[in-house]
Amino acid sequence: MTDLSTRDWLLSAAPTTRRQARLGALYQGWLTFRSNRLAMLGLIILVLLALMAILAPDLAPYSPTAQNLADRLQPPSARHWLGTDALGRDILSRIIWGSRVTLFIVGTVALISPIIGLLIGTIAGFAGGWVDQVLMRITDIFLAFPKLILALALVAALGPGIVNAVLALAITGWPPYARLARAETLAVRNADYIAAARLQGAGSFRLLVGHVWPMCISSMIVRVALDMAGIILSAAGLGFLGLGAQPPLAEWGAMISDGRTYILDHWWVAAMPGLAIFIVSLAFNFLGDGLRDVLDPKGGAE
Amino acid sequence: MSAPILEIRDLRVWFGNPPDRVDAVKGVDLTVARGESFGLVGESGSGKSTILRALAGLAPTWSGTITVDGESLRGTRRSPAFHRRVQMVFQDPYASLHPRHTVDRVLSETLRLQGMDDIDRRIGKLLDDVGLGRGFRFRYPHQLSGGQRQRVAVARALAGEPALLLLDEPTSALDVSVQAEILNLLADLRVERGLTYVMVSHDLAVIGHLCQRLAVMQGGLIVDQLTADDLRAGRADSAYTRELIAASRSYAGREA
Amino acid sequence: MTATQPGPLLSVRDLRVAFPTRQGVFEAVRGVSFDLGRERLGVVGESGSGKSMTGRAILGLVRPPGKVTASRMEFEGKSILNLPERQMRAVRGRRISMVMQDPKFSLNPVMRVGDQIVEAYRQQTGAGRAAARQRAMEMLEAVRIRDPERVFGAYPHEVSGGMGQRIMIAMMLASGPEILIADEPTSALDVSVRTEVLRIMDDLVTDRGMGLIFISHDLNLVAQFCDRVLIMYAGRVVETLAARDLHNARHPYTQGLLNSLPRLDAPRERLAVLERRPEWKDGPLDPALVDASMIDAFPGGVR
Repeated sequence: MTDLSTRDWLLSAAPTTRRQARLGALYQGWLTFRSNRLAMLGLIILVLLALMAILAPDLAPYSPTAQNLADRLQPPSARHWLGTDALGRDILSRIIWGSRVTLFIVGTVALISPIIGLLIGTIAGFAGGWVDQVLMRITDIFLAFPKLILALALVAALGPGIVNAVLALAITGWPPYARLARAETLAVRNADYIAAARLQGAGSFRLLVGHVWPMCISSMIVRVALDMAGIILSAAGLGFLGLGAQPPLAEWGAMISDGRTYILDHWWVAAMPGLAIFIVSLAFNFLGDGLRDVLDPKGGAE
Repeated sequence: MSAPILEIRDLRVWFGNPPDRVDAVKGVDLTVARGESFGLVGESGSGKSTILRALAGLAPTWSGTITVDGESLRGTRRSPAFHRRVQMVFQDPYASLHPRHTVDRVLSETLRLQGMDDIDRRIGKLLDDVGLGRGFRFRYPHQLSGGQRQRVAVARALAGEPALLLLDEPTSALDVSVQAEILNLLADLRVERGLTYVMVSHDLAVIGHLCQRLAVMQGGLIVDQLTADDLRAGRADSAYTRELIAASRSYAGREA
Repeated sequence: MTATQPGPLLSVRDLRVAFPTRQGVFEAVRGVSFDLGRERLGVVGESGSGKSMTGRAILGLVRPPGKVTASRMEFEGKSILNLPERQMRAVRGRRISMVMQDPKFSLNPVMRVGDQIVEAYRQQTGAGRAAARQRAMEMLEAVRIRDPERVFGAYPHEVSGGMGQRIMIAMMLASGPEILIADEPTSALDVSVRTEVLRIMDDLVTDRGMGLIFISHDLNLVAQFCDRVLIMYAGRVVETLAARDLHNARHPYTQGLLNSLPRLDAPRERLAVLERRPEWKDGPLDPALVDASMIDAFPGGVR
């Protein structure tokens, strides 16, 4: 019974407190999200991934860096569920520990690039005139370079390593977000509710932060979730080229790179981390689709 | 008579640059007395809404003089005193409320911007005044009907206790029964608070109901200024106004 | 005028449109029944009364998960209820057309006006290019466009709102439909243009014997323009009457709507405010106000 009344309280069309209004809006979104099965599957996979990263020391049957040359290139078996690599390290353990690296990359990039993009895009769209011109030309310059080449150049300049790889990806990743944020800003800039706030004496900063950003953020979140797969793959790409994580750190892209020499005779060495990347990328895509249902104002007409 | 609250001389408003320049208002003179309810009537593109937007600082390019309560306006910048004195209610209540802000957020932000204190009490009072009641305080716009949204918009406009309210077709997006409620509300508020209205509408009957005096606009110019009594009696100088009155009459039903 | 026709063009009984929502099933249309002859039938109601949904349901334009049911929905004696999309397409556009409120959203912005009419006409009738062009020109003239050659080659943004609406009507009429459903066709237009558009539709009913369903929120307009009016409230027809009697309407809802209008010739201090009574929504329909034969269509009767 209490369950039912909590639900009613959350779904109430007449909330009586600020907290109820906010929670109610969240709950509505959750219900929409939950009705999308694939999105839920994506969410579950990602929650499992997070748990795996947190509990890595307890879950991993072996140390990710312990070499055992006697056991090198063993196929999947009861002792090594996913086999071992060229140095006899347990692939399952390396994938489990690698999830930490993956989450670190994804989390950092997903935090940095959209925020840079949001700032530049909304300022450009809202200010207009020469500010817009200058900011968007800079964006164009970044967009004109192939992303991976630019990231490679940056890593080459900063030196290889996981942190620099993440920085390079973040710095090369923002231009599409800036474009998106600018487009959203242009759409809301002349809305009556902005005019009304302006007429109350609201300054540009307040309008930007309080009124324009909330309208941009939802489409940014969706975009980020959908881009996550690409970020993981780019990070794996850098790792594969030897510019990302440095040995012996377990990173999925670098693991594929190590495995490519043996791909014909010992397929599991490259395939297992590849499968991990595939599953996580897919999960982010599902999640992004679900978030779009919830957040995109165009699709979510009630 | 005291000094007029609003005085407009030779107002011209245009958009764009030559050769694409569009002249929306082509030299308009208006005077609105304190406490008066003044209407601007015309068809779409006649420039009636543009006058309000220029006044509110929402039209970038205009010339002429606009004086509000002795303060001369310039460009699109408006002083804090202006924001306290003049507020606006927009046509479409579905577009004039931020979709992600609750009523509470809309009103409290407005009150804070207007330098008010005692915000909780004021929000409750405002909601009561516009006939919504405090139960609506924490709703999002999508939880409100069109009429309720327009009441919130009216509450927002009244929050800073302005003297002059600009009404841009405040009921044309609403059903007729809701229109009646909003028009009654506006009439009551004007009496209670001694407000001055400048209302824009394409509907002569609505203007005739709420306004004492009105100007008829066509093609960016005022073609007629008359009182509501003149309007009802059909006393108009220009043929265009008489045409509008006739259209509105024939339309209002066949009995009579 | 043509009461000697064998049967109605369109016959609808107990039409219902339901949408599943989180709070249960929401019925937008709750048992609408009417017959349409070669006449101008007005459907009036406030937003949310189900008037537009009725029009969409007839044309099979209710999007899933919306569900349309009816005990009868016949066009010239043949059922068109929930036809498969293929067959519906042969009816929609060619035999029953629809004009929407705002031409801006109904015309393709990157295609010339003339080409759109030609395209629509060819799709509906399979006519040749030259014949279709000929027909498009005729239609543009029929809706009183003074310079059809110029308009034919124009893009939608180059024409005014009134012109756009006339173009929409021309497009909808090219294939010579028997029924036109017009959903608020003039509410985006100024008074002077509105008169013109109404006259065009009027001629089409009189000259071609078309049936017109005119959906509007505007009581006065409907009273002036239509032959017969259905008043809808909360998904039901609460009153049916001849348009000329509208101002003597007897249902309290209709009266309330009429009284809430400000009027130039009868100024009032305060406008009457409509008190919505729950029995209008769920109570029995009054057989004196609604055509009794329509009430019989309700399963199990009404009282």
